[in-house]
Amino acid sequence: MTQHARTASFFALILVLIVGTGFVQSWNTALLILNMGLVSAVMALGVNLQWGFAGLFNVGVMGFVALGGLAAVLVSMPPVGEAWAAGGLRIVLALVLGAATITAAILAYARVPATWRGWAIAAILIVGFFVYRAVFDPGVAAVEKINPAATGYLGGLGLPVLLAWPMGGVLAAGAAWVIGKTALGLRSDYLAIATLGIAEIIIAVMKNEDWLARGVKNVIGLPRPLPYEIDLQNDPGFVERAAGLGLDPTTASTLYVKLGYGVYFAIVLVILLVLAQLALNSPWGRMMRAIRDNETAARAMGKNVTRRHLEIFILGSAVCGMAGAMMTTLDSQLTPGSYQPLRYTFLIWVMVIVGGSGNNFGAVLGGFLIWFLWVQVEPLGVALMSVITAGMAEDSGLRTHLLDSVQHMRLLTMGLILLIVLRFYPRGLLPEK
Amino acid sequence: MDVLNGLVALANFVLVPAIAYGSQLALGALGVTLVYGILRFSNFAHGDSMAFGTLVVVLFTALFQSMGISLGPLPTALLAIPFGIAGAALLILGTDRLVYRFYRAQRVKPVILVIVSIGVMFVYEGLIRFIIGTGEQRFADGERFIISAREFKQMTGLREGLALKTTQGLTVVTAVIVVALLFWFLNRTRTGKSMRAFSDNEDLALLSGINPERVVMVTWLIVAALATVAGVLYGLDKSFKPFVYFQLLLPIFASAIVGGLGNPLGAIAGGFVVAFSEVGITYAWKKVLVYLMPEPLEPSGLVQLLSTDYKFAVSFVILLIVLLFRPTGLFKGKAV
Amino acid sequence: MSDPYLIGDAMTGGYGRGADILHGCTIAVNKGEIAVIVGPNGAGKSTAMKAVFGMLNLREGSVRLDGEDITHLSPQDRVAQGMGFVPQTHNIFTSMTVEENLEMGAFIRRDDFADTMAQVFDLFPILKEKRRQPAGELSGGQRQQVAVGRALMTQPKVLMLDEPTAGVSPIVMDELFDRIIEVARTGISILMVEQNARQALEIADKGYVLVQGRNAYTDTGKALLADPNVRRSFLGG
Repeated sequence: MTQHARTASFFALILVLIVGTGFVQSWNTALLILNMGLVSAVMALGVNLQWGFAGLFNVGVMGFVALGGLAAVLVSMPPVGEAWAAGGLRIVLALVLGAATITAAILAYARVPATWRGWAIAAILIVGFFVYRAVFDPGVAAVEKINPAATGYLGGLGLPVLLAWPMGGVLAAGAAWVIGKTALGLRSDYLAIATLGIAEIIIAVMKNEDWLARGVKNVIGLPRPLPYEIDLQNDPGFVERAAGLGLDPTTASTLYVKLGYGVYFAIVLVILLVLAQLALNSPWGRMMRAIRDNETAARAMGKNVTRRHLEIFILGSAVCGMAGAMMTTLDSQLTPGSYQPLRYTFLIWVMVIVGGSGNNFGAVLGGFLIWFLWVQVEPLGVALMSVITAGMAEDSGLRTHLLDSVQHMRLLTMGLILLIVLRFYPRGLLPEK
Repeated sequence: MDVLNGLVALANFVLVPAIAYGSQLALGALGVTLVYGILRFSNFAHGDSMAFGTLVVVLFTALFQSMGISLGPLPTALLAIPFGIAGAALLILGTDRLVYRFYRAQRVKPVILVIVSIGVMFVYEGLIRFIIGTGEQRFADGERFIISAREFKQMTGLREGLALKTTQGLTVVTAVIVVALLFWFLNRTRTGKSMRAFSDNEDLALLSGINPERVVMVTWLIVAALATVAGVLYGLDKSFKPFVYFQLLLPIFASAIVGGLGNPLGAIAGGFVVAFSEVGITYAWKKVLVYLMPEPLEPSGLVQLLSTDYKFAVSFVILLIVLLFRPTGLFKGKAV
Repeated sequence: MSDPYLIGDAMTGGYGRGADILHGCTIAVNKGEIAVIVGPNGAGKSTAMKAVFGMLNLREGSVRLDGEDITHLSPQDRVAQGMGFVPQTHNIFTSMTVEENLEMGAFIRRDDFADTMAQVFDLFPILKEKRRQPAGELSGGQRQQVAVGRALMTQPKVLMLDEPTAGVSPIVMDELFDRIIEVARTGISILMVEQNARQALEIADKGYVLVQGRNAYTDTGKALLADPNVRRSFLGG
């Protein structure tokens, strides 16, 4: 089978799976899977840029996704004027001071003679840290005191939420620049640990800095790019059109909104996919793969490997950030407590590896397929378990335990899928050409 | 007197917890570093190996408790440790047979093995949650304290108390015994030396007639034992929760890398460096400082450099500093 | 004429599925003698040595040790059969002490090897002095002594050395050659590859000049040194 036919048949399979879900379960479920599948595909595309094109082992995907989510809040929520008045400027000043301290320390590292260097840097950092805390802490306390039950944070810019998607990319790109500058020179598994750590730190910041996005108190009710279901149901025109299609207004409104998200996400995915394909086949993309395949040779040929790595690390992270913003928009809420590395880092990796690293279509396929399985393993597991436990007594402890454990079958299944694919299709379902 | 009170407070809130935590990290990091030295990859499934061994211990502890078997003042879990090690060893050796051996024979790049270990991590994590769920399990029993704060105050007449939990004492004693055994094994026995030789220079070890499969098997056995002991000690000291064990991966890797990957001595040093920094930076120093500083200089705030929620950031920053300025770690590790 | 003690007979082969590097190349050594392989860079000297030790697959030809065909034995099995090999680089366990290096050399022996270790220490007295020091801390010449000592621990009947004097000073080189002669006197056959062709041929009972994976000249060491063709082409006049 040719590469094209293979690609086409796998995507046809995805279509069958999703449409099948619509018929067997419900169209709402099918659209839910489709929408998160689209978001997952974007994330996988980002990771594939880094791993598939450049061989960069980034296991901090969760962090960039979360930053995208943060961007959604910062862009779309209305600013909290009172909080800004109470301590907003103070916090901004503190952050500037903090940044200045780090810049000064880096400058000191570059400029101060070696004998004094350590002391100078230590002095700058210590003094800077305490000044920063002295300015920062009262500001935070003041901001968080403003109506803590509803706000207690600075709020956002009050701009349309769709703007948050590129902004999510920009925010993630900024973080990726800092991380890349420091950690990209490291060996692959060190880079992995470093990115794993950075993701945890980003989540820790988002959980604890209540002034920023309310921390674990969550930000809910983000503005939506689409109308609310309830408004649609009250719109006579919409109800009429729904009736024309033979649907009741409630179902029609939920389907309409979900489809709307699907269209938005699909547009983003298609644009990114086209760009990624162009990049892959451009001289830049060829150089990137040459570097991946033989870094030493590429370096010897005068390629600026560090620079290229930084570029693609930033690009890939930006794509992940954009996907994160899209996801938070879809959920209409930011819940820092829900970010877990297994779900937002390692699952994306499973998508890329299973789909076929180095192949953009493979990554997209992996995104859909793995997301579909992630959602559907649970109902399948329930079915399986009811068969297994059918012969057991109603009150059997084992039966209850097995039925309760079904929710954990996901991880097991994902692990097995990853291991099986790695073993028998090490290049993924749609291998790189 | 104030100085004494200050020192006691310091010992109670910083030294004792950090030493216990450091011992736990050191044992975990030893496992990671051994896998790295012999099998030459960073094992992302190590946190879950720890959790699995601990899980078996938790189950056996419950069984023993229901049978009325106990160790008196010591936690029953100690009796269950051999079973935990056996369980973890079975799981890990089975994994090696089914998964890792295939890739070893192909001599794949280390990064592929890391990805494979991520798959293994998923499977273990699923298995653990399948068996015991995600909830928190407390399985410590026996005497809670060696010395409680109140007893200490009565004994010494100081205002500050020094509490020493049984689990903390146990952690340190066990860690010392385990580490001594490990080093004796690595430095004094033929098999141990062959492991070091294999880690040092694989090709020459093969030329010398050292059987790689045997070295790998012994390594996994030791790793299973270390992981189980580390996991049980951590679980006794705090509690057992699968997700927390997964998160321990970061400080454990930080310890191993800070010390120098592949270097057992470094893993121990790294464990304590990370533990002391974590506890030191996230502790509210006010309590100690009020005793040590003259009255007018006494701090008004808590003097907590970072909130405890940022403890991961601490291990991470140390990790980054070491990686950037001394990539082979404090003790010379190996670079594959 | 009976077979030499160790012979790689008409060997043809290369690494993996790559092109052949050796073309009908024959290398042999008699009991207690020193055979040296010399030749220009890229002549396949090290490859010939590795072929004799079983580190690449031969397409044609055979390797016989003491009359027995060992062509299909793995390097490890050849060690057990009495062959010792000292690679050119990475030939010691740097993080282990000198004594531990020797112990690892004797890993396949289940009997008491204290005597052998004493012999190695007699041969290389400096190693006895530094027995508790990590081998990685030693000087280049001392490291080579550790490497040779490690290989001697299995009490091999043939010792194969891949450029033992690479990267050591001329004085150390002379000393190493002296030691190698001493080893040969104990009845161990020596097969070595050398860059320093002139000095090596001086101590060689038998010399092989390889060019592009083929035997170009084969004779006693002295005869090769005297041969004007060899002198002109390979020894710089």
